[in-house]
This record gives sequence, structure tokens and C-alpha cells, in this order.
Amino acid sequence: MIRSMEVTQTVNDQRKKIHPHKFTLWVAIGSIIMMFAGLTSAVVVKKEQPGWTTASIPRVFWYSTAVILVSSLTIQMAVKAFRDREMLKYRSLLTTTTVLGLLFVLLQWIGFRQIWESGITLHGSGGGQFFYVIVGLHALHVLGGIAALLIMFVRMLATNLRNYNSIPIELMSSYWHFVDLLWLYLFIFFMIIH
Amino acid sequence: MSNEATLHGHPEVVTTHDAHHDEHGVHHHKETFITKYVFSQDHKMISKQFLITGMIWAIIGGLMSVLFRLQLGYPDAHFQFLEDLLGSKWAKGGQIQPEFYYALVTMHGTILVFFVLTGGLSGTFANFLIPLQIGARDMASPLMNMLSYWFFLLSSVIMFCSLFVETGPASGGWTTYPPLSALGDASDGSKTGMDLWIVAMAMFVVSSLLGNLNYISTILNLRTKGMSMTRLPLTVWALFFTAILGVLSFPVLLSGLILLLFDRHAGTSFYLSDIFIASTQKALPNEGGSAILYQHLFWFLGHPEVYIIILPAMGLVSEVMSINARKPIFGYMAMVGSMFAIAILAFLVWAHHMFVTGLNPFLGSVFVLLTLLIAVPSAIKVFNWLTTLWRGNIRFTPAMLFAIGFVSTFISGGLTGIFLGNSTLDISLHDTYFVIAHFHIVMGVSGILGMFAGIYHWFPKMYGRYMNNTLAYIHFWVTLIGAYLIFWPMHYEGLAGMPRRYMDYSNWVQFNQFGGLNQFISTVAIITFAVQLLFVFNFFYSIFKGRRVMSRNPWNATTLEWTAPIRPGHGNWPGEIPEVHRWPYDYAKDGADFIPQTEPLGSHESAH
Repeated sequence: MIRSMEVTQTVNDQRKKIHPHKFTLWVAIGSIIMMFAGLTSAVVVKKEQPGWTTASIPRVFWYSTAVILVSSLTIQMAVKAFRDREMLKYRSLLTTTTVLGLLFVLLQWIGFRQIWESGITLHGSGGGQFFYVIVGLHALHVLGGIAALLIMFVRMLATNLRNYNSIPIELMSSYWHFVDLLWLYLFIFFMIIH
Repeated sequence: MSNEATLHGHPEVVTTHDAHHDEHGVHHHKETFITKYVFSQDHKMISKQFLITGMIWAIIGGLMSVLFRLQLGYPDAHFQFLEDLLGSKWAKGGQIQPEFYYALVTMHGTILVFFVLTGGLSGTFANFLIPLQIGARDMASPLMNMLSYWFFLLSSVIMFCSLFVETGPASGGWTTYPPLSALGDASDGSKTGMDLWIVAMAMFVVSSLLGNLNYISTILNLRTKGMSMTRLPLTVWALFFTAILGVLSFPVLLSGLILLLFDRHAGTSFYLSDIFIASTQKALPNEGGSAILYQHLFWFLGHPEVYIIILPAMGLVSEVMSINARKPIFGYMAMVGSMFAIAILAFLVWAHHMFVTGLNPFLGSVFVLLTLLIAVPSAIKVFNWLTTLWRGNIRFTPAMLFAIGFVSTFISGGLTGIFLGNSTLDISLHDTYFVIAHFHIVMGVSGILGMFAGIYHWFPKMYGRYMNNTLAYIHFWVTLIGAYLIFWPMHYEGLAGMPRRYMDYSNWVQFNQFGGLNQFISTVAIITFAVQLLFVFNFFYSIFKGRRVMSRNPWNATTLEWTAPIRPGHGNWPGEIPEVHRWPYDYAKDGADFIPQTEPLGSHESAH
């Protein structure tokens, strides 16, 4: 009796406050923002100095932008499906998101190859080199998100228990939207710089 | 309570939940040696792991300073034992070789700044004090907390291994400025040792982020009932600001190091331009890079880093001082506000490390203004410490002495900061011994004195035993006097223009007058180092043989950690978590010596 009262109270307290893991994720996102702010401000400083070179951004990056935007949509739909307890739909949306994430990284790679073939290698210190490093780091963050998605998948398949705790998928979607927005920022940033 | 619920999903802690139904206390679940001492998720054990790892680093880093002080004090002497110990590559004929000297100063700085005064200091006390003082069973994520320590250890192992690489560890200074650090051909220390340095620092950044995220989240989310932010002890406030600084500044260092790694191995030239290497007689193809860019990225971390070191020490000192003066801390909100101001200003002053790099003088003057502004919150803090002491009923415990020592060194080191913060004075003072004297006193010595205050004060809580007082008093007096005797004379050397980073001044006639002074400094450094070993002995001896703590609250303190059992299990409190009714500084109030935070308000009292 006492325990059940405690639980109800807990749930009430929970509604008022942000879940600590979510909060931790937000601070971590702040930290990742600082890292990319450091790098992009390095570009801004560097651009004003002599010997700056630029590289044109291949069209494929528009496609990858579209892909990651769609993946943001699918993960948001996955969250909704989870809340509505439509687990089959949830699973297929999560799979779609994972595939779109991989497709995004693949497209980035193709874009890198195209820039590389246009003669811009790692030698130098212009926009092309910064693009490789910064966009590459962003792709690593997307891959980290994909790894987390896969872990969620394995966990989901490994247990027969029905788990309606929505915190993991909410964390996942927040992170996914974040890397999406980060990409948009970087894309626009490099469009302006070049 | 929200506390308990948020810990769901950590089976180890949840068992403590049921603990109040039986009398076995919190050790409900089975603990093996491995889960208790090695892969522990208990914040108290993790804190001890950080502390002891930090102490091992402090001994290594301190020993390095003894070695290079031998060289600086006695540049012509032959110490045969050095060759026997270190081999003829590093100490040929018993004389420290140039490459080794630079490796020593570089690693001394790296170890003391990052591994002792960041990992060792905030790792220890954030882990130990945050859950205990805010009334939580553990951190928000005990697993992340454990990982934070293991990344710290991994980073430590990599850095330690770099000492034994054939070409030696990194040796371009702890700031590892390119181009030197980017070009393996330029010096031995920029070869494998430098790569290991970068990898170790990357692991360190990961460790510090995992830890800091947890600290912030725990402080904001897991406070017990009644523990509003303004009822937090100043230690927790200080550790909170420290964690915020760490989360926002370390990633920028990582960006800088990633670009450095690309310059080293991928042929980019972010930091490199127009370079001719004498040793290989080759001109490098790198064009267009900017070495100053690295300095911006480095100091954007590097300056907040000094506050990451000093803020926890400030918090520990405030707490120890109030308890042992038997008075409320003077100006609690001013203390919090000034720490907030310091945390903000920390991000706005980095270029004062770069006044002489060709920085635009107008920009420089902005940074001068912002830098000198830091004097305001610092002075508020000093004023509050002194007024806390004023007419206090002071108990001179070892922790209290170290706390007072901290205030002393913080004042004397802080004053020279005002000299160095002026870009015009910096033209003549930069890169001299004056800088060495300034940052060692204000950051190094103060940081370590604050850490000692914390260790002596919370040792009874950590291990259930007291440290030996006699040894502690000897440790304090020799350390404080020694620190002043070592660093005070360096101000004079610096004002006379003696530059840092040289291993031998004997051919520099202008500075021959300091020959005797350097010998004196070296001798004192050796004595002071020896006394630190006395502390280490006291620490380990007391863990096993120290006088037992017999009461829960040996210092008659008000904060929550002293309401827990003498040796708390995982989960900290065997029944309910205590509820908080008042702020943590009710000393000498209404005729009572102290009133614990758990004591409900009397009818005549108003809520704080």
C-alpha cells in the first residue's frame, strides 16, 4: 500500500521535473555544440588570413540533407507510434531511421569522394580541409547515433517483456534531431563560407 | 520521492530501496571484491579511486620537479645516481640532457594540471561530496560515473606509457604549441610521445565529460526534499560551476587537438606555414596555416581550466573554514554570485595568454579589462573568508590550517595576477619566472592546499578513521613555508627578466647573480617534496591503523554527509534519505553551537 502510494507520488514528481537522463543528454549536446563552435570559429578566423582556399560543395550534399531531414521525421513518428503502443509500426519506423542514417553517412562519403576527385586533398589549410574534418566529425556523431539505435534494437529483440518505458526512445529522438540540426547548421555555414 | 524513482534501472541501488524493511542495512546485495573495489559504481569508491590515482600522479609529477630543480640549482654538478637510474640517454654523466629537461617540465605541467588538480581534485570531491551533501543515494548515472574513472585510468596509463617511449614523452611544453608539437622531425619529443599525449588527453576529455555531465545532472535533479539550491553547501556550488566550465571548455580543446592530429599525420596545414626544419635541412610544403589558431583553441580551454582547478578548492575551503571557525560563512549569496561571475569571466579572458603573439592592441585592451574584472569576484571571496574568520571560535585542525593557507596563497598569487593581466606590463613579464611564480602560487599551491584541506577534513568520512595530527601539522607548516620560499624569490628573478624554459643560465652573465638563489630554491623544493611523502605515509597508514571515528559527526558539522553512518554502504543512508529544513551554515545560532540541516525550524525561526 505504502509502496504503491510512493510510486504514484513518484510519477507525479516526475511529471514536474525533466528526467535526469534527458537533462544529461541536453548538457552533453551543449558540450558537442561547443566542440563544433570551436571548429567553425576556427574557420571564421582562418578565412580572413592569406592563402585561404575554398571548395565547391557537390550537389550530393543536398540529397544527404534531404535524407537526414526525412530521418528526423521518421524517428519522430516512431516516438508517436511507441506512445500509441503500435509496436510493429514503431519497429519499422526505427528500422527506416537506421537505414536513412546509414544512407546519410554513405552520401556524405560520396560527397567527400567527389570533392577529393576535384583535386582537393588533405594538403593545405583551406575550406576543403576544414570541411573534411568538421563534416567527418559530424558523420562520426551520426554513426554514434546509429550505434545507439542498433543497441536499442538488440535490447528490444532480446527480451520478451513488454517495456513501455518511453525514455530511451525519447532520448534517442532528441539526439537524432540534434545531429540533424547540427548538420543543417554546418551545411549553411559552409555554403556561406564558400 | 523523486530521488528514489530516478535511480530505477540501476539494480544495485534499487536494492537499497528495500533496505529499510529489514535490519541488514544497505549491503543487501552481494558484493564481490571486483564489484566493490575495482568496477565499483558506488560514488564513494570511485572518489577514492580518483584520489589515489591522483596521488600517484602527484608523486610522479612532484618527483619530476625535483629532478629539474636539481638541474636548475646545480647545472654543473654530476649526479651519478641519475645516470644509474635513468640511463645514459637521459642523464649522461649524471647530468640531465636537454631533451630530458624539456620532457620533464612538459610532463610536470601536464600531470599536475590535468591528472592531479583536475582529475584528482574534482574527480575525488565531486564524486564524494555531491551525493552525500545533497542527499542522494548515488550519482544520476552510476555507470557513467564508473566509466569516467576508467577513462581517466586509461588516459593515465597511456600518458604513463609515453614516459617510456624510446624518443621520450611530449616535450614541447604542457601547452604543446605547434609548429613544434606538429612536426616529428623538429624534436624527439614531438614523435611518438606527442601522439600518445594527444590520445591520452582525448581520453581525459572523455573522462571529464562523463564525470561533469553526471555532476551537473545529479546536483540539479537528485537533491533531497527541502534541499533548495540556496541551501546547498558551497562545496556543491563550487563543484557545480566547475562541472559547467569543464563541459563547455574541454570540447574546444578536443577540437584543437583533432586539428593538430590532422596536421601531424594527414598532411593538412591548419597550424603550419612556411617552415624550414634545420635538423633535416628541408623546407616543408605546408602553406597558409596559423599557429596562433591553436593558441586560441588551446587557451579557450586553458583559461577556464585554471578555474576548474581553483573553484573546487574554493568550495572546500569555504566549507572547512565555516565549520572550524564555528561561524556561518560570511556572505553566502555573495560567494555563490562571485563563483558565477568567475565562471562567466573564465570564458572571456583567454587571450590574455596571448598578448605578445601579435594580438591587435585594441583587442588586447578589451581582454585586459575583462581580466582585471576577475579581481572583483576574487576579492569578494577573500573578503568573505577573512570575515568568516573574524572573531570566530577557531579550531586549528590540520584541515583548517590548510584552508587558511589557501587564503594566504590565493591573495599573494592573485595580486601578481593584476600585474600580468596588464598587456603593457606583460610585454616585459611574459615568459619570465614572474609568470611561473604567479601561476604556481595562485593555482598550483592554492589548488593543492585546498585539496589537502579537503582530504584532512573528509578523511574520517571516507575511511572511518582519523589521520595523524602531528604528522599533519608538520606537513602543513613545511609545505606552506616551503611553497613561499620556493616561489617568492622567483618573482625577483622574473622582474629581472630571467626567462622560463631554459635549463642552464650559467653562460648568461646577467643572471649569474641568481646562482645561489636557484640553489636555495632547489634545496627547499627537495625538502618540501620529502614532506609530501610524509603525507602519503600518513594517508595510507591511517587508512589501516588510524584512530577510529566513534561518532557520526566528529567535526560537529551541519551538512548531510555527517548524518550518514560512519562507514556508509552503497546507497549512503540505511533508511529514508534525511529531509533538509535549513541552510548548511547554522553555526553559533541562538546559543546552539551548530544546528544540523536536518533539524526542523523552531517556532521562532524563519526559513532560510
